[in-house]
Amino acid sequence: MATVILPPRHYLNDGYGITSWLLTRDHKRIALLYLAAVTFFFFVGGAFAVLIRVELATPAGDLVSDETYNKLFTMHGVMMVFFFLVPVIPAVLGNFLVPIMIGAKDLAFPKLNLASWYIYIIGGLFTLYALVTGGVDTGWTFYAPFSTVASTTKVIPTALGIFITGFSSILTGLNFIVTIHRMRAPGMTWFRMPLFLWSTYATSLIMVLGTPVLAITILLVAVERIFRFGFFDPTLGGDPVLFQHLFWFYSHPAVYIMVLPAMGVVSELVAAFCRKPVFGYSFVAFASVGIAVLGFLVWGHHMFVAGESVYAALVFSILSFLVAIPSAVKVFNWTATMYKGAISWDTPMLYAIGFIGLFTIGGLTGLFLAAVGLDVHVTDTYFIIAHFHYIMVGGTIMGYLGGLHYWWPKISGRLYNEMLARISAGIIFIGFNLTFFPQFILGYLGMPRRYHAYPPDFQVLNVLSSAGASILGVGYLIPMIYLMWSLRYGRLAGANPWGAVGLEWTTTSPPPTENFTETPVVTWEAYDYGAPVEGHVA
Amino acid sequence: MLPEAAHHAHHPALAHQFDSLGQQKEAATLGMWVFLLTEVLFFGGMFLTYAIYRAWYPEAFAAASHELDVTLGTINTVVLITSSLTMALAVHAAQLGQRKLVLWFLVATMVLGAAFLGIKSVEYYHKFEEHHVPGPGFQFEREYFRHAQLFFSLYFIMTGLHALHMVIGIGIMLVMFWWTWRGTITRDYYSPIEISGLYWHFVDIVWIFLFPLLYLIGRHGS
Repeated sequence: MATVILPPRHYLNDGYGITSWLLTRDHKRIALLYLAAVTFFFFVGGAFAVLIRVELATPAGDLVSDETYNKLFTMHGVMMVFFFLVPVIPAVLGNFLVPIMIGAKDLAFPKLNLASWYIYIIGGLFTLYALVTGGVDTGWTFYAPFSTVASTTKVIPTALGIFITGFSSILTGLNFIVTIHRMRAPGMTWFRMPLFLWSTYATSLIMVLGTPVLAITILLVAVERIFRFGFFDPTLGGDPVLFQHLFWFYSHPAVYIMVLPAMGVVSELVAAFCRKPVFGYSFVAFASVGIAVLGFLVWGHHMFVAGESVYAALVFSILSFLVAIPSAVKVFNWTATMYKGAISWDTPMLYAIGFIGLFTIGGLTGLFLAAVGLDVHVTDTYFIIAHFHYIMVGGTIMGYLGGLHYWWPKISGRLYNEMLARISAGIIFIGFNLTFFPQFILGYLGMPRRYHAYPPDFQVLNVLSSAGASILGVGYLIPMIYLMWSLRYGRLAGANPWGAVGLEWTTTSPPPTENFTETPVVTWEAYDYGAPVEGHVA
Repeated sequence: MLPEAAHHAHHPALAHQFDSLGQQKEAATLGMWVFLLTEVLFFGGMFLTYAIYRAWYPEAFAAASHELDVTLGTINTVVLITSSLTMALAVHAAQLGQRKLVLWFLVATMVLGAAFLGIKSVEYYHKFEEHHVPGPGFQFEREYFRHAQLFFSLYFIMTGLHALHMVIGIGIMLVMFWWTWRGTITRDYYSPIEISGLYWHFVDIVWIFLFPLLYLIGRHGS
């Protein structure tokens, strides 16, 4: 342990001062710029969630008016979906890891990468402007014609913010696709790549193919609202259902933008903490691509009650069921990897196991919703809310936090307090389930979403949910504190604190600006845990 | 590593993250193709909207389409196809390192692009005068009023976004002109011109679809 020292030259001490960060082209520094920004938006979105749960602690609408409540859940959704969940893993962990994992010096287009961050920030500023000047009340789904005609709130600045941020997503996806195709080190074949890269690649495909459709849809909404050009408003000859088709053509795949990268993280964690190669590597790899492709064909399941034909509903229903196959392949393969593995219960592994359990519940309830009959019963109830929070919070955020803890020693060069980290992982798991499991029951009993008041019968379950949310909030604050603390006081990590394989663990922690002093030549398969790994200091 | 790597190791145009100019060129080309894929989906949203409404309201769309100026539309199509030719010739000249020719062909491309935008604005002006711009001032025969408005909404957003892409294209050509002028573009390093050409051709192809869909509805056989 005494021999662990910081490398004399690394990306964090390669230049100081504000411009060395704001004008950097180093993918690792840009990842940290994103880390700061997405964390900010996470807590803004989280503040709205707090207000929502406080309001729902009592049946009467006593904290905020119904109109204010509409704005609260809209801003919560907009902030969390577009400014946190979509960018979080690709832009933070992906940016940091994609070049390192393939043995490259940087992404293919470093200037474009920095531009993506600025585009994201500009989009965020528009949305924050909408927020402080009165907010928006359309729901994060912007359904027309309410959004184009009826709403009197700040639809245009919010829409503009989302439109602009979309280009950040597109450019990040483009950068990853080109980098993975063209920048791999000698010997790093497609099937030697860590599975995180396969899922990042699949995610990038969705970003590149889906986001432009959202962009044009939002643009049409803005043009209809500003200039009264008809596209979706029936009084102008348009069809509001067309809006829903276009919107969900992006926004369903967007769910996979959120969860696929988390699946990639979990594959890395399971292998590293079970000391085994991921079971059925190629199945897991192709499952990522399969989910990305199928994800584009199921948007109609958001519209079973929106005037879709019965035949369309049947086809969308069957296709939605099919998504369960690649998803289950992943869950089974992670479980098979853990079977007879030498599992160590470090914090990242706790998050990985949390992910597998919560994603399974979220995924299975997704099958309920793919069944047209049941979906009609629970449409627009808390059952839906619970389902997608199990995927987005239980899935994406669990995966993200697991990945952040796993690669934190690589990013910062230091170790965090393991005991605090394990405790907060436990708090998050308990808080999460207490928040969202009662919502399944509430929804099944018929409590609709997006109301600030409800019948007194529902109060017990709502109080449980609000109590869970406060526990969850504490669980999210603790890692903020000990991770910041570790930056200065944490023990030095050394190159490979977990004794894991993968190119990122062969370079120093933190890595030098060019990632590797010499371009690595890869002669081994992914997750080559066959031989004992040297340098394990944990 | 490609064999040319050593040869180009210190080429001024080689960015630090690449091993060779060949790798850099391949990356840039793939990047542009992926971007164009994004553009296909971006315009695709509008083409889908168009296809659905045209299938639902064929008479109104035909009636509205007859108000467009086919002569100006045809001239513009010829102008744009010619600009694609001069763009292709610019790329060819760049491959051969013929700097002066590159500059001339880039100028020709920009002039043709500007001519297209000029003709387009004349058409827009006519539509404005005829009260065919959707909104409170829109006028059309009663029977098709609502759905003709839909047609013109699509006409303006589709040709408008296409025109915006043309403006950006001319901006890119200006940069290419400057880079060629100051000697950045050489026989060894002409991929910026080639990639800008990909973009330019893409924008032209969008028009090749827009022209028949918007201008030529119901003109066959009758």
